[in-house]
Amino acid sequence: MTQIPQNTTGTKLGLVIDLDICVGCHACAVNCKEWNTSGHSAPLPDTDPFGENADGVWFNRVHTFECGDGADSRTVHFPRSCLHCEQPACVEVCPTGASYKRAEDGIVLVNEDICIGCKLCSWACPYGAREYDGDAGVMKKCTLCIDRIYNENIAEEERVPACVSTCPANARHFGDLGDPSSDVSRMVEDRGGYDLMPELHYEPVNKYLPPRPKSTGYEEDRPRRLTPIEPTNEVEEAGGLFRWLDKVLTR
Amino acid sequence: MHPAYSVIIFTTFSGAGYGLLFLMGLFAAGQWIEPDRWFGFTGFFLAFTMVISGLLSSTFHLGHPERAWRALSQWKSSWLSREGVLAVAGFVPFGLFAIGWVIYESHDGAWRLYAMLTVLFAALTVYATSMIYATLRTIRAWFNRHTVRVYLAFALWTGSIWFNMITQLFDLHTPGIGMIVVITGVLALWLKRKYWMFLDTSPSWVPPESATGLGDLGSVRLLDAPNTQENYVQQEMGFKVARKHAEKLRRWAFFSYFLVPWCLAVGTVEAEPWLKIPAAILAVISVMAGTMVERWLFFAEAKHTVNLYYGATDS
Repeated sequence: MTQIPQNTTGTKLGLVIDLDICVGCHACAVNCKEWNTSGHSAPLPDTDPFGENADGVWFNRVHTFECGDGADSRTVHFPRSCLHCEQPACVEVCPTGASYKRAEDGIVLVNEDICIGCKLCSWACPYGAREYDGDAGVMKKCTLCIDRIYNENIAEEERVPACVSTCPANARHFGDLGDPSSDVSRMVEDRGGYDLMPELHYEPVNKYLPPRPKSTGYEEDRPRRLTPIEPTNEVEEAGGLFRWLDKVLTR
Repeated sequence: MHPAYSVIIFTTFSGAGYGLLFLMGLFAAGQWIEPDRWFGFTGFFLAFTMVISGLLSSTFHLGHPERAWRALSQWKSSWLSREGVLAVAGFVPFGLFAIGWVIYESHDGAWRLYAMLTVLFAALTVYATSMIYATLRTIRAWFNRHTVRVYLAFALWTGSIWFNMITQLFDLHTPGIGMIVVITGVLALWLKRKYWMFLDTSPSWVPPESATGLGDLGSVRLLDAPNTQENYVQQEMGFKVARKHAEKLRRWAFFSYFLVPWCLAVGTVEAEPWLKIPAAILAVISVMAGTMVERWLFFAEAKHTVNLYYGATDS
């Protein structure tokens, strides 16, 4: 059903992404692709993979933004995937019931057996989380690695989404954001985790942690800012032979 | 938004078809027109052809057209589903209304009731179509009060130009139909101008600072996109061509959907048949071409919030 179900357990599984730590290595995107191309929504198509018009379905993409100006500017790497919203318009607009939100854990999924490929859900998503699979004629999206997090055939520490398990900087965290005492909820509380585009009222479950403030000025325990040295003209300083050589060569 | 031809053709033709059915129902219910068999046959043939071909064309862009019937199931939440249900259910009153007019040549009793239901279902179906767009919060150009009004006005206006043509062909034209053409044309012109004024003056919807939540650090610009070639999201939601030519295309649309058909239809009401019939046919061709340009702009000028993640500076 495409009506939003009453959450029966209060569980809201999702991700917390730390923009202070992310180094923009794209490992989460690559491991997501690797796992999911043989997982729940397999295969994730790649068209013309080595050609000029490489295209394909990815559930997770890393954007890099520049923020602020001059000396105060920052480069922020920004991984973007489905936010498993509490008010997912992508689910409400679906005419077939293929898009649905699970009552027990809040994960938003697509039933590919009944999806007609009308693409309206991708129009309704402000975050660009849904990508259409032209080969299969159905819409695909992040499953929060539903085939990992409940998978009893893999080691317990592996039961997190592929993007979380692979992040070398530990910038991605998985957990229950409906439980205020969970690690992820506390992290959001401590660091001021926020929603993307809150004014659209999609109420995303996934949260982003802002980059920490940049240190300014001199502090005893931090590396000092280096003062640039005025460039000198080495040739002018050099005498005799080199000066003569420079003259000859620049003619 | 990428303007898919299947959806432009669908909304233009089904809109005109429902507009024509609306007016035939209205004039039959009011008993302002004779239930002439061949007039009715021509009207229903054209309206049904437009509505059905429009509906079929809308299935062309589906990944799985054979599953289209499933789209009738989620009418409780989805306007696309409601549109499908109304489009299918409408054929019951339309069919009965057509039987009364074409076979029994009657607008009385129960046939009159079916005419009224035809008016209702035609209006509701176009309303549902427009609500698919008007409820998408991701697109400022659609998520506003103008979208529904413009869709309804264009269905009525294109329908009235078709209705005008058929009444001229059968010499059943009345001053009432002339009035409908005059009024609905001005209505479509006025509402579309208001829509374009809204589009040109409405403030930015969502800025990149809100899309990323990084506004505290200063202005936010894309430095590196995640992919080198355009992906599905950019192809579907990132169309830019029309915005460059929007002014010119709006002028063409104005001439073609309003000025030419309005003058042709209104200016030749009292003319000789050799003049007014070709004029009425030309008006139909012009209004349909103009409405397709208008519909193309409706998609092409619409900016989706997702582009903020791919370098757009406003939405």
